[in-house]
Amino acid sequence: MQTLSLAPWLVALPLIGAALLLLAGRRSDRWGHWLGVLASAATFVVGLVMLLDMLGTPAADRVAQHTVGTWLDAGGLHVDLGFQVDPLSLTFVMLVTFVGTLIHVYSVAYMSHDVDRRRFFAYLNLFVAAMLLLVLADSYLLLFVGWEGVGLASFLLIGFWDGKRENAVAGKKAFVMNRVGDMGLVAAMMLMFAGVGAVDFATVLGSTGSGAVAGAGLSEGTWTAIGLMLLLAACGKSAQLPLQAWLGDAMAGPTPVSALIHAATMVTAGVYLLVRSGPVLEAAPDAQLVVAIVGALTLLFGAIVGTAKDDIKKALAASTMSQIGYMMLAAGLGPIGYAFAIFHLLTHGFFKAGLFLGAGSVMHAMDDDVNMRRFGGLARLLPVTAITMGLGWLAILGVPPFSGFWSKDKIIEAAFVGEGWRPWVFGLAALLGAGITAYYMSRLFFMTFAGRRRWSTDRSDDEGRVERHPHESPLLMQWPMIILAVGSVALGGILAVGNRFVTWLEPVTGHVEHHEPILPVWLLMTLTLVLVLLGAALAFRQYAMAAVPTDAPAANVLVRAARADLHQDTVNEAVVMLPGQYLTRSLVYLDRTAVDGGWLGLAGAVGRLGALLRKTQNGYVRTYAATMLGGLGLVALVVAILAS
Amino acid sequence: MNDFVAPTIDWAAVSPVLVVLGAGVLGVLLEAFVPARARRTTQITLTLAALVASLVAVGLLWERVSEGAVSVVGGSYLLTPFGLGIQAVIAISALLGVLVIADRTTTGQDSFAPAAAAVPGTTYEDEARRAGLQQTEIYPLLLFSTGGMLLFPATDDLIVMFVALEVLSLPLYVLCATARRRRLLSQEAAFKYFVLGAFASALFVFGVALVYGFAGTVRLQGVVQVLADPGTSPLGTMRGLVVVGLLLVLSGLLFKIGAAPFHTWTPDVYQGAPTPITGFMAACTKTAAVGALVRVLFTLAHGLDADTRHDVQVALWVVAILTMVIGSVVGAVQTDVKRLLAYSSIAHAGFVLVGVVGLDEVGSSAVVFYLLAYGLATIGAFAVVTLVRERTVSSDDRAGALGDTTDDGVVLGEATALAQWAGLGRRAPWLTAAFSLFLLSMAGIPLTAGFIAKFGVFSAAVEAGAWPLALLGVLGSAVSVFFYVRIIVFMVLTPPSDDEPGAVVEAAEDAGSVTGPAGGAPALTGTATRAVVARTVVTVVGSRGPAAVAIALCAVGVLLLGILPAGALDLAGQAAQFRP
Repeated sequence: MQTLSLAPWLVALPLIGAALLLLAGRRSDRWGHWLGVLASAATFVVGLVMLLDMLGTPAADRVAQHTVGTWLDAGGLHVDLGFQVDPLSLTFVMLVTFVGTLIHVYSVAYMSHDVDRRRFFAYLNLFVAAMLLLVLADSYLLLFVGWEGVGLASFLLIGFWDGKRENAVAGKKAFVMNRVGDMGLVAAMMLMFAGVGAVDFATVLGSTGSGAVAGAGLSEGTWTAIGLMLLLAACGKSAQLPLQAWLGDAMAGPTPVSALIHAATMVTAGVYLLVRSGPVLEAAPDAQLVVAIVGALTLLFGAIVGTAKDDIKKALAASTMSQIGYMMLAAGLGPIGYAFAIFHLLTHGFFKAGLFLGAGSVMHAMDDDVNMRRFGGLARLLPVTAITMGLGWLAILGVPPFSGFWSKDKIIEAAFVGEGWRPWVFGLAALLGAGITAYYMSRLFFMTFAGRRRWSTDRSDDEGRVERHPHESPLLMQWPMIILAVGSVALGGILAVGNRFVTWLEPVTGHVEHHEPILPVWLLMTLTLVLVLLGAALAFRQYAMAAVPTDAPAANVLVRAARADLHQDTVNEAVVMLPGQYLTRSLVYLDRTAVDGGWLGLAGAVGRLGALLRKTQNGYVRTYAATMLGGLGLVALVVAILAS
Repeated sequence: MNDFVAPTIDWAAVSPVLVVLGAGVLGVLLEAFVPARARRTTQITLTLAALVASLVAVGLLWERVSEGAVSVVGGSYLLTPFGLGIQAVIAISALLGVLVIADRTTTGQDSFAPAAAAVPGTTYEDEARRAGLQQTEIYPLLLFSTGGMLLFPATDDLIVMFVALEVLSLPLYVLCATARRRRLLSQEAAFKYFVLGAFASALFVFGVALVYGFAGTVRLQGVVQVLADPGTSPLGTMRGLVVVGLLLVLSGLLFKIGAAPFHTWTPDVYQGAPTPITGFMAACTKTAAVGALVRVLFTLAHGLDADTRHDVQVALWVVAILTMVIGSVVGAVQTDVKRLLAYSSIAHAGFVLVGVVGLDEVGSSAVVFYLLAYGLATIGAFAVVTLVRERTVSSDDRAGALGDTTDDGVVLGEATALAQWAGLGRRAPWLTAAFSLFLLSMAGIPLTAGFIAKFGVFSAAVEAGAWPLALLGVLGSAVSVFFYVRIIVFMVLTPPSDDEPGAVVEAAEDAGSVTGPAGGAPALTGTATRAVVARTVVTVVGSRGPAAVAIALCAVGVLLLGILPAGALDLAGQAAQFRP
């Protein structure tokens, strides 16, 4: 590839943008947002050039590394500052820069009333830079830099409106829970370094046994440990069980952030990590199984939580969690699922970003209200938003021929491949998930756009409804939504025809023979569609036909649990936080009494001893001489005693 | 009849010492023949040139000596790689020290009395000051002293070593008495130093006598031979003689090092002596004395049997522990910067001794590096002290008290009370930064020379099996960090207390406790005294150049040795060989 050397610019351009915006300070308030858009767009153009170049390169030559120089050379550890350019990383580059640029544009309007808009764009650019570094790194260590960078950007953006305490708390929660996952990545790198002696992809993945440098002598147990640690990292970043609790709170950030970071790109980094580390998981079947189980559990968990949420953004967040569960499940299925995981990731990036932008548009119209129980009947007032969100809704439902159909259906199909109990468990979980997804997404759509208005334009409404004056968003917000909606409609079909996308990824994921699922494909497809229709119909009956109470009605145990995120916070608090707090408190107590007490006591003793000894320094030469002689005698005495 | 054979002398080997002593003699002549106004410049030039030449000579000899020690006149002068390394450290420290001494600051006055012989407070003194006299004899004195120091660690002959001891000491006694301000304190310090120094010298000579009685020779190699083969000397079987003799010789050397229980002079003398001289003395004397100690101790230890060796090591342990404890603990309660630095130097003597107890080459190499690191930080720190001064303000001039902008007032001596250093960071950020760097290095904080140096001596001790001593050393360091950091806290975090005369009073009291025995006269006599002035404020005077250069060089050295110590450690490693 001739354009390989452009790779560093993909990271540098948005980084320069962020640096300029942060350093220029208030002076750039007037034009800063456009600089941010420009940096993102320029990165997209660079990525596009590289993509076109790669499309013109024979498939065998599409995997390449571009080494800028030596980063670390310390004893046995040698790490290059290098970029991995291949179909997988370029897919991400295109997703991040394209969706990212659209969201930049959207934000120009969405954040127009915020005094800190420039800072917002600086963080967005920082995020793009870190995310691109994450996907372009050619070693786990460099990936980790990007990994932490996106974590930082996420933290800064979740708590962007940190004037409100709960936003700051949400940012902190996300940060802390991500740290738990990050420890997994660090531990994985340590294991790699201890076992293989390197942390770059080529060496580590090459020594798994299936690659070129076969048999580095690592046992399956070690690979399992590495695989599980990578999974822990992925769980933290991608909000999978048991580290899923932060994602819902992360919705405290501005909606464009939720769309870009917490739906389309950053949260999918865990899936990227696992797909990139595919050979490791293949060398550790147990770890691979755990990945699939985590994915299956999370997809159901998220879906169930989604059915009960009245907050439009939290419902979408639960949906994101669930959809990433699909991707994790696919990644845990082995090579057969990698391409589909990434495919679903790509289509999901489009339709979920579109849905979030739509939600932002609705909030824009409804004075930043997020409670869907106070929406209703908005379709006519917000036609563009309704149509674009409707297309995204159909896409996530998996209705043919929209994007989601092509990718999700493939995952369900792949989940049914195999022997023994696994295809039944994973397949049925995926199938069931599709049905629930249809229910909660339809619920969201109908509650917002269909049914009766549960708001009023009057100040004093007879029924006590809140006063709202909905209006369609400005064009700068509409266009990104429209473009993403087009993607939601067509992207899946275009890439699925003739297995284009799977073939495109083959240089990375390897060629996989077609496997027949345990149930016939037509049956699976029909089952899926029937379940989806059932879910949608149920939602239609409940939320479009019937009246929706503006206050959440009393409900049974299951619904209450779902409203409370299936008690994820309670569990976390009981299992981790409380014991942790007791531990820290007792440590603080120990520190105050034992350590500080001992230390202060020692300091006091030193002071008293010093004051005492100081008295011998009385200024009299005769005393000094006596001290010398006496001291000499003392030394001689000690020598004599110890001489034996 | 004429059977006198002129000894063949390897002049090149002696050159580092000869150049300096020769320049000293020349300096005395210059004093007589050069007109008064050119005298100071000439003397400074000569002194610096001599020290540079000595350093160059050391450098030229390095290659040759590292192949094998050079012995001149049967060991009267014996240049081992270790001795040469010590000479290099002395020459570097002396060079930096002289730069500080030569600085007259923006006040136009150096730190020395216009006529040191004048009785303090007399009209003669006042006239001498008005006439602008200056005591340029300090430069030849410095050269003589340095010459003695250079010779000190480079001889195999205990008598020559004694001569070197006196050559280095006598000029220092005089120099201590020459302070321009607080002259009584200065003279008292010199007197104490002289009396106690004489006492220590007596112990040394007595020790030499006992060693001679044992071995029939004062050559260390000869003593080692007698130890190996007792029959060659009439009293060669009396081991006790050599052990007691060695202890007494060590006492004399430990006095110069400032190790407990021979440390008592240090705080008083360091406080009373002119500050640049204190810096010179603290760095160079200690280096030379440690060099001589290693020379004597390591050479003899080679010949001692295991039991006697053990006895000597026990003595060293006791001294090292006492020194570290006293230096660190008493240092923690000091309120005067100069006294505090004095206790710090005592503590450092203890740390150096920790590196010595192994009696092997790991220790000698660590000691050379330690002395260099210590010398740089010490000279730099005392140089900073010379620039922090008191200035008078008329009592009704409140504006003058609050800001340093008015020219009003006379600049007095150094503001040494710790309380006066509060808020210095705001007036003189660079000076504060440099001082903090020196303190951090003394404390042994990583990325400074002090860390590498301490690591060196402690690991040498651990390697020699003296890990409890190393542990104590680390604990002692931890205590000493307290008082070093306390100064930094004072300078950087505490707001200045210009408006509080209390600080001044406290300082006067502290000084009084020292001068009390000298007849109860407070340290107020001098060319300008606190008694006359109602109030003083702290001010920072500018350097005329040399001191600033010295401070900068010390700071760069401290950082360089801390961050890139490899080169210096290599050189110190080459200077490990202490046996001929």
